[in-house]
Amino acid sequence: MDYFFTEEQKMIRDLARQIAEEKIVPVRAELDEKEEFPREIMEVLAQSDMFGIFVPEEYGGLGMGALELCIAVEELSRACLGISTSYAANALGTYPILLFGTEEQKKKYLPDIAAGRKLVAFALTEPNAGSDAAGIQTTAKKEGDYYILNGLKQWITNAGEADIYTVIAITDRAKGARGASAFIVEKGMEGFSFGKKEKKMGIRASVTRELIFENCKVPKENILGREGMGFIVAMRTLDQSRIGVGAQGVGVAQGAFEEALKFAKQRVQFGKPIISFQAVQHILADMAIQIEAARSLVYSVARYIDSGAKDISKVSAMAKVFATDVAMKVTTDAVQVMGGAGYMREYPVEKMMRDAKILQIYEGTNQIQRNIIGQALIKEATKLTG
Amino acid sequence: MRIIVCVKQVPDTAEVKINPETNTLIREGVSSIINPYDMHAIEAGLQLKEKKGGTVTVITMGPPQAEEALREAISMGVDEAVLLTDRAFAGADTLATSRTLAGAIRKLGFDIVICGKQAIDGDTAQVGPEVAEFLGIPHVAYVKKIEEITEEKIVLYRMMEEGYDVVEAPLPLLITVVKELNVPRLPSLKGKMRAKKAEIKRFTHKDIGIEEDRVGLRGSPTQVKNIFAPERKKERKILQGSPEEQVEWLIEELKKLKCI
Ligand SMILES: Cc1cc2nc3c(=O)[nH]c(=O)nc-3n(C[C@H](O)[C@H](O)[C@H](O)COP(=O)(O)OP(=O)(O)OC[C@H]3O[C@@H](n4cnc5c(N)ncnc54)[C@H](O)[C@@H]3O)c2cc1C
Ligand SMILES: Cc1cc2nc3c(=O)[nH]c(=O)nc-3n(C[C@H](O)[C@H](O)[C@H](O)COP(=O)(O)OP(=O)(O)OC[C@H]3O[C@@H](n4cnc5c(N)ncnc54)[C@H](O)[C@@H]3O)c2cc1C
Repeated sequence: MDYFFTEEQKMIRDLARQIAEEKIVPVRAELDEKEEFPREIMEVLAQSDMFGIFVPEEYGGLGMGALELCIAVEELSRACLGISTSYAANALGTYPILLFGTEEQKKKYLPDIAAGRKLVAFALTEPNAGSDAAGIQTTAKKEGDYYILNGLKQWITNAGEADIYTVIAITDRAKGARGASAFIVEKGMEGFSFGKKEKKMGIRASVTRELIFENCKVPKENILGREGMGFIVAMRTLDQSRIGVGAQGVGVAQGAFEEALKFAKQRVQFGKPIISFQAVQHILADMAIQIEAARSLVYSVARYIDSGAKDISKVSAMAKVFATDVAMKVTTDAVQVMGGAGYMREYPVEKMMRDAKILQIYEGTNQIQRNIIGQALIKEATKLTG
Repeated sequence: MRIIVCVKQVPDTAEVKINPETNTLIREGVSSIINPYDMHAIEAGLQLKEKKGGTVTVITMGPPQAEEALREAISMGVDEAVLLTDRAFAGADTLATSRTLAGAIRKLGFDIVICGKQAIDGDTAQVGPEVAEFLGIPHVAYVKKIEEITEEKIVLYRMMEEGYDVVEAPLPLLITVVKELNVPRLPSLKGKMRAKKAEIKRFTHKDIGIEEDRVGLRGSPTQVKNIFAPERKKERKILQGSPEEQVEWLIEELKKLKCI
């Protein structure tokens, strides 16, 4: 299918694909096996300007939008979801600065981010606050020129590897949902350290780790937006970045599908390539249908976001849910088409299946996405019925 | 530091076909790439620039479509590109090619010239050293490591069949490089965008200031009689005994081979 990309979008696709095929495919199995952070690949991505895609030109980026970022994410995910998670989490951590940063904050942080000199992480989740973000307990107390942070963030992608962290903490518990604020915390700030590194089922080339704040001193000018805007920052960020998770789904599904297709053409049983069996063809056909549908939705929503639309919550949730459910289904089917070979680590699809599962969980589980869609539908229904 | 990198556009296949009538390469219908060794030459140029400052200029002699190769080099980060293109350049052998390249390089000015070890189509590995001769500068071929470089001199590892030589040479000079030297970088998005718009300078024989009968087919003394893969003779004899015995034995052997 031709999605009528511009010259520049094609450039991004081609270069991301070249990086994926030449640099990522040869090392992905080893990175997964060793649970190793892909430093070298991050450097390649930096050198290729991939970290600057969505950063405005005045801060050293390419000044493009959600669609261009999705194109890059999709291509990287086609090769390795662990690596694309490290890459996409960087965007997730950067959006709060892009969307809410002051001119000084943008000037200070964005050029390094765009050039890939500094990696970013986004920290909302805590042991008692997953889907229920309002349950966060990390506090930030203003003392003179500083906010003093105390608490623990859990399961933070890029933790330890990143230089810049956007962190949501409670500044005034009495104010409930209006009592949180967002901060830029830099690695090396007093009282900021890293805890346990998780051992995961998939996306093992990405690092997931705790952030520990013990009287961590953050300069007061590092607050994003105003005090009390923490959840607004978090929700607007997630609305903006969620489409990237959809693109990850399309990419990993495409990668698994191609492996299954190749295999089905070559594998001979009962004297014929298994692709000649209609039952196998139908699995492959369903995979292809779902991927194309997911891709169309992801690109459409990305274009909608780039149009400057404000009501992106519902549609971005739709794209995230649909494309990631497709990813889980298609990667599982790819293993099925390949039989025992699909289950072996010698082939890449078992990893893709393990990896795909995370997409239905992070950046808001697919149940929570459906809640978001449900809420929006209720509002729409109210408009209709009064 | 003024760095010149010579690149050649070659067919993207190991199975280059040869026109049996003219004994020249059939290039039609095969997609083109930058000669793989020249990718390492570009990388070497960019790394030298990163270390020492200056500019990297790529040049190629070829048909108008060789511009693609130059744009690819720009997308990797080189500053400037020059295409030597002229009907008169067609049919050049290595001598005419080298004379033409050297003329352009002299015109551009240089501190160091970097070539690939050899082109995967022509395969002669002659152009680098010949360019150096035309320029009247020293050359070091098969460089696998650049150990040190200052304004006046350079220390290089030259690959040999067994091991390597450490060579110190004065600047300006020409080197030809092997794959062991580095890993060529991928292009960048900004580089690709720049490459799309970049102006490519074009030189004809007039711009270089060489007469028409010194370039291209007319400037090429070589005549291709036949092209074939040489048979590899594995036979080896190791001389033994006293130096006198060895010399006598060697003379006998050479007589047998009708070499003397
Ligand atoms: C590998 C990995 C990387 C991560 N990276 C980051 C990161 O970089 N930054 C960050 O802040 N967080 C990160 N997270 C956290 C992630 O966003 C949360 O795991 C996710 O939001 C779900 O929270 P939870 O795991 O606590 O699940 P829970 O909230 O405990 O949910 C458990 C189950 O209950 C369901 N459920 C909960 N509430 C409802 C409801 N109201 N309606 C219907 N179903 C419900 C959920 O859908 C789920 O199936 C990461 C997590 C993982 C596993
Ligand atoms: C006898 C003979 C006749 C030929 N006749 C024809 C002909 O009729 N038509 C035709 O199209 N070709 C012809 N060729 C091919 C052409 O002359 C050679 O390809 C060319 O001279 C380069 O030689 P090579 O490929 O062996 O390069 P090598 O010497 O192996 O290349 C070494 C390095 O020199 C540099 N280099 C080589 N060529 C160029 C270039 N053009 N521009 C910039 N840098 C370069 C590169 O850095 C390269 O890595 C002929 C070659 C020979 C030997």
